[in-house]
Amino acid sequence: MAVAFDEMNGQGGTEIRQAYQELSRWLTETPPDALEYRRQEAELLFRRIGITFAVYGDAAAQERLIPFDVIPRILSAREWALLEKGLRQRVLALNMFLRDIYHGRDILRANIIPEDMIFQNPVFRPEMNGQDVPHDVYVHIAGIDIIRTDPENFIVLEDNARTPSGVSYMLENREIMMRLFPDLFARHRVAPVERYPDELLAALRSVAPRGAAAEPTVALMTPGIYNSAYYEHSFLADKLGIELVEGRDLIVKNDEVFMRTTEGLKRVDVIYRRVDDDFLDPLTFRPDSALGVPGLMSAYAAGNITLANAVGTGIADDKAIYSYMPDIVRFYLSEEPILKNVQTWRCREPQDLAYVLDHLDDLVVKEVHGSGGYGMLIGPAATKATIEAFRDKLKREPEGFIAQPTLALSTCPTCTEKGLAPRHVDLRPFVLTGSERVTIVPGGLTRVALKEGSLVVNSSQGGGTKDTWILDE
Amino acid sequence: MLSRTAENLYWLARYVERAEYLARTIDATLRVTALPAAYIGKTNEWDSALLTAGVGESFYGHYQEANEANVVEYLSFAPDNPSSIRNCIEAARLNARSVRTALTSEMWDTINAAWIELQAVWSKGTGNREDLAKFLRFVQETSLRFDGSAYRTMLRNDAYWFSRLGVHLERADNTARILDVKYHVLLPEEEHIGGPLDYYQWTSILRSVSALTAYHWVYRETLKPWLIADLLILNDTLPRSLASCYGNLVRNLDQIGVAYGRQGAAQRHARGIRNRLEHSHMDDIFQHGVHEFIQEFIADNSRLGEIITKQYLI
Repeated sequence: MAVAFDEMNGQGGTEIRQAYQELSRWLTETPPDALEYRRQEAELLFRRIGITFAVYGDAAAQERLIPFDVIPRILSAREWALLEKGLRQRVLALNMFLRDIYHGRDILRANIIPEDMIFQNPVFRPEMNGQDVPHDVYVHIAGIDIIRTDPENFIVLEDNARTPSGVSYMLENREIMMRLFPDLFARHRVAPVERYPDELLAALRSVAPRGAAAEPTVALMTPGIYNSAYYEHSFLADKLGIELVEGRDLIVKNDEVFMRTTEGLKRVDVIYRRVDDDFLDPLTFRPDSALGVPGLMSAYAAGNITLANAVGTGIADDKAIYSYMPDIVRFYLSEEPILKNVQTWRCREPQDLAYVLDHLDDLVVKEVHGSGGYGMLIGPAATKATIEAFRDKLKREPEGFIAQPTLALSTCPTCTEKGLAPRHVDLRPFVLTGSERVTIVPGGLTRVALKEGSLVVNSSQGGGTKDTWILDE
Repeated sequence: MLSRTAENLYWLARYVERAEYLARTIDATLRVTALPAAYIGKTNEWDSALLTAGVGESFYGHYQEANEANVVEYLSFAPDNPSSIRNCIEAARLNARSVRTALTSEMWDTINAAWIELQAVWSKGTGNREDLAKFLRFVQETSLRFDGSAYRTMLRNDAYWFSRLGVHLERADNTARILDVKYHVLLPEEEHIGGPLDYYQWTSILRSVSALTAYHWVYRETLKPWLIADLLILNDTLPRSLASCYGNLVRNLDQIGVAYGRQGAAQRHARGIRNRLEHSHMDDIFQHGVHEFIQEFIADNSRLGEIITKQYLI
């Protein structure tokens, strides 16, 4: 694999890139042990605040810290402007696609996407057929995973249109950086991220059902304290000043949703739900789920509640659908996509499958419905046995997989035991869609693969995070 | 506010209060059992400690004998004792995590930091008296810090009032339980008033409700059992007395009632108990039987807990 593009040192490592010049100067002035000391301080702060996440199936690590790297990842204003434009375009197309899929299905009639990719797909929700959602917004909160391989392009690795998480780290990382490195901030003009909660609340209120009160009541629905992102749920509810509810706090009466309060029942208009479709309503989806609210889908169908994100958005961020995104953008917007896609082989297509089976050593193979870095093959890093196991899986169930080239994700200087060293990063900006407008707070969550050479940035697989700076000029 | 939030706040406060009370009980028992046998008589003080903690029965499901090692272990660390200090802190943190949005960062920090600190104690245990003393002090300080942060940082709204209800209901229960177990040494007709045996029992009782110094300030007398009973039951100035707890319960329930624009069974029930305490004299209580009085109180108090739950928390 070629040497990756380094966001500070550029491709050849000869010249410090513009956005990083001040940081680079600062790094040469700062003794390494000062960095180490700040790193420890940061960890202590995270633990005290209780910013933890849970790793499923790992009892000892039930509450773990995501490692935080104190070296910021920096984008110039020019780079951000391009990225922002691309994100708007992409999320607009996602919303139009979802509206179409659950209504007229123009895109299927135009033969852009094969029908069975939609109707045979377990994340397609027939319950949503013909159902209008308030203000036609499906994906109110999107987290688009972006990677770079060169200075010119931003490439989408994955669209997260269901319940994307990580925004609390974007906000807390910044808080902690400002506390630990005030001098470094004084030497840069970093665009603030702190208005994200206000923007989120505004977006959520704007999509209240038309019959709702002038001051709609918004609540955040969590599966509960054992969920891996519980910290984020409580953090956001707090920042937004809305109730953090669980399924058992809600009740549906006459197709209206209420929460149980110390003063009796109170009507809810918008639910920012961080619960998956399957667990929303035991009457419609999984009957064994204790997390949901019986009758919620019926209130939804009656138009009395807004769910954000809408039910059934999984069909838009499915990894097999992903490969059609450039066509989806062209179809609905008649524009060329600004953000690139990673080349993707759909194993459901015999030709593609044959190619993938021949090149397993070089490719990354992903489950169409996997997430969090689970169930993934990284050819160049895998053992013979793992590759053969994947070969069997692919032959048995080709439609369950896609494959992509192993990309040299860009790197960023990162604190390691042996001092500063380049580590691979990605970026998840958060895109908010309300009834009137799309908002993107300048920043996002940079994830970093801390192990040398590793390309897996997921926190469940040993990845860490960095503060992401968008320079203001 | 969400009923579940109110419930979590209420139980969070109860668990912290209970943890402190258990630490005080162990502390007081350690002191009294350290005295030569001639000073404390034949009663098994560790048995009393179990009884005042309300876990006498479950303890004997696990152990044959109540001695220092067993009881300290059971009350402090035992994972299978639902009311051990460890489980109280665990439960407090669990409740705190569920209602982080309703807590101030100072309150969360207190509970979370205590929980982190105590993980180390759970894993290595308290090998010697010094470690144990340090642990007990830490638990008491945690409770003080928690209470202090609630007092100093919380908005004065229903979240605060529900949390106070938890504190005072639990506190009243704890004080009543000591009286329930020790009432016999407080009876005025006992012959050996001021004798060495009871004297140390009395100081032990006062110590477990942190009222030893308070006693002297209030009565300016040597220890008299009926005055101790008076202090713990009827004296409004002692924060852990039954009367004082009920003064606070009535006040906080009234504030909730005013804020919500209606009163209910909880307000009426609490006021009834408070009235009885306000209009009682120690003489009458002794005449009708301290033990009966206390047992009735414990039942009434736990009834209030049920009423509050029904009215607000579910």
